[in-house]
Amino acid sequence: MNSVRCADLRKTYKQGDQDVIGLDGVSLEVEQEGFVCLRSPSGAGKTTLLNAMGGLDRPDSGEVYVAGKRIDNLSKGKLAEMRLRNIGFVFQAYNLIPVLTAMENVEFVMHLQGVPAPERAKRAGEALNEVGLEGLENRRPAKMSGGQQQRVAVARAIVSRPAIVLADEPTANLDSSSARHLMALFARINETRGTTFVIATHDEMVMSYAKRLIRMRDGKIVEDQLQET
Amino acid sequence: MIATSGIVFRLAWRNLWRNYRRTAIILAAIAAGIWAMIFMIAFTRGMIESMVSDGIRSIPGHVQIHHPDFRNDPTVDNLMSRPGGELAASLDGKDVAAWSSRVRVPAVISSERGSRGVTLVGIDPVAETSISFVADDVVEGRHLEDDRDRGLVLGRRLLERLESDVGKRVVVMTQGADNDIVDRGFRVVGVYESEIASTEEAFAFAGRATLQELLGIGDRVSEIAVLGTDRREAEQLYLRLADTAGADVEVLPWYELNSYLGATMRTMDGFVIVWIVVIFLALSFGFVNTLVMAVFERVREIGLMMALGMKPRTIVAQIVAESILLLAIGLAAGNVLAWATIYSLSDGIDFSFVGEGLEIMGAASVLKPSLGIGDVLLSTAIVLGLGFLASLSPAIRASRYQPVEALTKE
Repeated sequence: MNSVRCADLRKTYKQGDQDVIGLDGVSLEVEQEGFVCLRSPSGAGKTTLLNAMGGLDRPDSGEVYVAGKRIDNLSKGKLAEMRLRNIGFVFQAYNLIPVLTAMENVEFVMHLQGVPAPERAKRAGEALNEVGLEGLENRRPAKMSGGQQQRVAVARAIVSRPAIVLADEPTANLDSSSARHLMALFARINETRGTTFVIATHDEMVMSYAKRLIRMRDGKIVEDQLQET
Repeated sequence: MIATSGIVFRLAWRNLWRNYRRTAIILAAIAAGIWAMIFMIAFTRGMIESMVSDGIRSIPGHVQIHHPDFRNDPTVDNLMSRPGGELAASLDGKDVAAWSSRVRVPAVISSERGSRGVTLVGIDPVAETSISFVADDVVEGRHLEDDRDRGLVLGRRLLERLESDVGKRVVVMTQGADNDIVDRGFRVVGVYESEIASTEEAFAFAGRATLQELLGIGDRVSEIAVLGTDRREAEQLYLRLADTAGADVEVLPWYELNSYLGATMRTMDGFVIVWIVVIFLALSFGFVNTLVMAVFERVREIGLMMALGMKPRTIVAQIVAESILLLAIGLAAGNVLAWATIYSLSDGIDFSFVGEGLEIMGAASVLKPSLGIGDVLLSTAIVLGLGFLASLSPAIRASRYQPVEALTKE
C-alpha cells in the first residue's frame, strides 16, 4: 500500500498580475517506508507538491490520497483531523510554538489527539531522548539552537507515529554538522520505525540519504530514480 | 474539545503575558472601567435605596389600607373602622414587623405670627415607633407619649415658618365629622427633623385619640400602615392583606402609594444594564484592538498549529479563551477596587452642597453606596458575554487562515 498517491495535480498561483504554474499534471506514488527527496531549483514546485500531499494547500485539480483515503476534497476541519492522525511536519523555520517548552511542543500534537497526560509525558520524553535532547525538556525555543529546535520538531513529528513525515528544506537554516545529524536521525527513524519520509530540498548532502530521488522543473516531475544509500 | 481545553488555556494564558506592557495597559483600562461600572451602580443603588427607604418611612409602611375613596378625597368623610376579625389576625402575621392605624386630615396651624396648611396626622406613638420617622427624629422637646397625648410635634422648618417654639401654643383648625370647622389649641411639645426638608413643613403629629375626639369620629381611622419584615417581600404581604381585608377597603403596596418611587425602582434595573453596556462599549475598542494585534502578530504560529492538526474551532476557542482570561483578570481587579472604594465610603458621601437637588429627587444628602451581589453577578455575566461576542470576530478571522498562507506570512 502507498503512503501517499497524487494523480494529475495542477495548481496555479497569482503573483501580481501573472499566473505562475506551481504544479502541472504531477502524478506520484510514495511507497510505505519510503525515503524520498524532491529536488529542484527554487520555485519549481517541490514545496507546492509537499503542501498538496500534506493537505496544507488544495490543488486546482487532481486527487491526493494519504494512507488510502482521498484528502483533496475534505473540509478544513477534516483535513486538520487527517493531518493530526497521519502526517508529521518539519518545516524550514518557525517550527515550534514559542510559549511552550520543548516537552510541551512535542506533547502538543498528542494534546490535540486526546492522549492521556501520563502517556503523553512518557511518549514525549522518549521522543526527545530519541532525538538526543534529554535534559532540555523544559527549555523554551528561544533558549535553544537552530539544530536543537529542528530536533524538537522531529520529535514532535514522529511522536504519534504518523504514516508519513513531510519535511520542507529541514536543513536550510542549520550548519553542516547539525544538518548531518538531522539527516542521520531521519534515516534511523525510517529504518527503525518504518516511517515514510518525503523531503523537499536542494541540499546535495540531504539527497545523499534518499532511497528515491525525484527531480522537478516548472511544476513537473522530470526525473524519478531509485538510489543506493 | 474537552480533551484540548488544557492546551487551549495553557496557550491562552502564556500568550497573554507575551507582551507584558500591552497586557498591563489593557488590564488597567478594563479594571478602571469595571471599577467605574460597579461603583456607579452601587452609588446609584444607594441613592435609590435612600429614596425608597425615606419614601417608605414617610408614606409610611410597605402596605396601606384605606377607605376606597380616601386617596381621592382624604377627609373625614372617607374613614374606615379599626381592623377587626380576619384582617386583625392577618396583621399579626410573621411577615408583619409592625402596624399602626392613623388619622390623617388636612389642617391649618396658626401661631401668633403666621399660619400654614399641613397634613395633621393622629398617631399611636408606641405602635408607630418602627414605622415612621418621628420617634427617631425628635431633636428637641419630647415625642408624643401615647395616643391621648394632647401635645403637638412639628417639623423644624414648619416651626421656623410659624416663628413659634417648643412650649408655645398653636391653634389647629380642620373639618370635623359633621363638616363643621373645628379648632383647638395645642402646645408644641417636640420638634422633629427629617433628611427630606419638605417633610418638615408638610406633616404635624398629634395623639390619635386626641385627634379623633377633636374631629368627633369615634374610633374610626384614615389609614392602617403596615411595615413588613423585608421590602423585597412587600408584594407577598400586599397580596395576603388584600386577600383578607375585604371589599370595603382599599389595600395598596408602597410602589403604588408612591408611584414615582415604584417607577424609579423598576427603571433602576434597566439603568444598570444600560450602564454596563455603555462602559463595556467604551472598553471594547481597546479590548478588540488588543486581540486583533495579538492575532496579527501570531499568524505564522496559528498557521503552524493548523498544520499540526489544530481544528479551526479550536483556534477560535484559543483566541476566545485568551480574551475571557483578560476580561476575568480585569473583572477581578475592578471588583476588588470597587469593593475597596465602597467599603471605604461605607459611612456615606456627604452631598449636602447639592442637598436641595437631592431633596427634590427625594434622596438624603448623605448617600451610602450599596453593592448587591446580584449587580456584581449581572455585570460580570454581561461583560463576559459581550467580551465573548467581541472576541469572536478576530477569533473567526484567525480560524479562516489557510495553513500554507499563514505559514509564509512575514
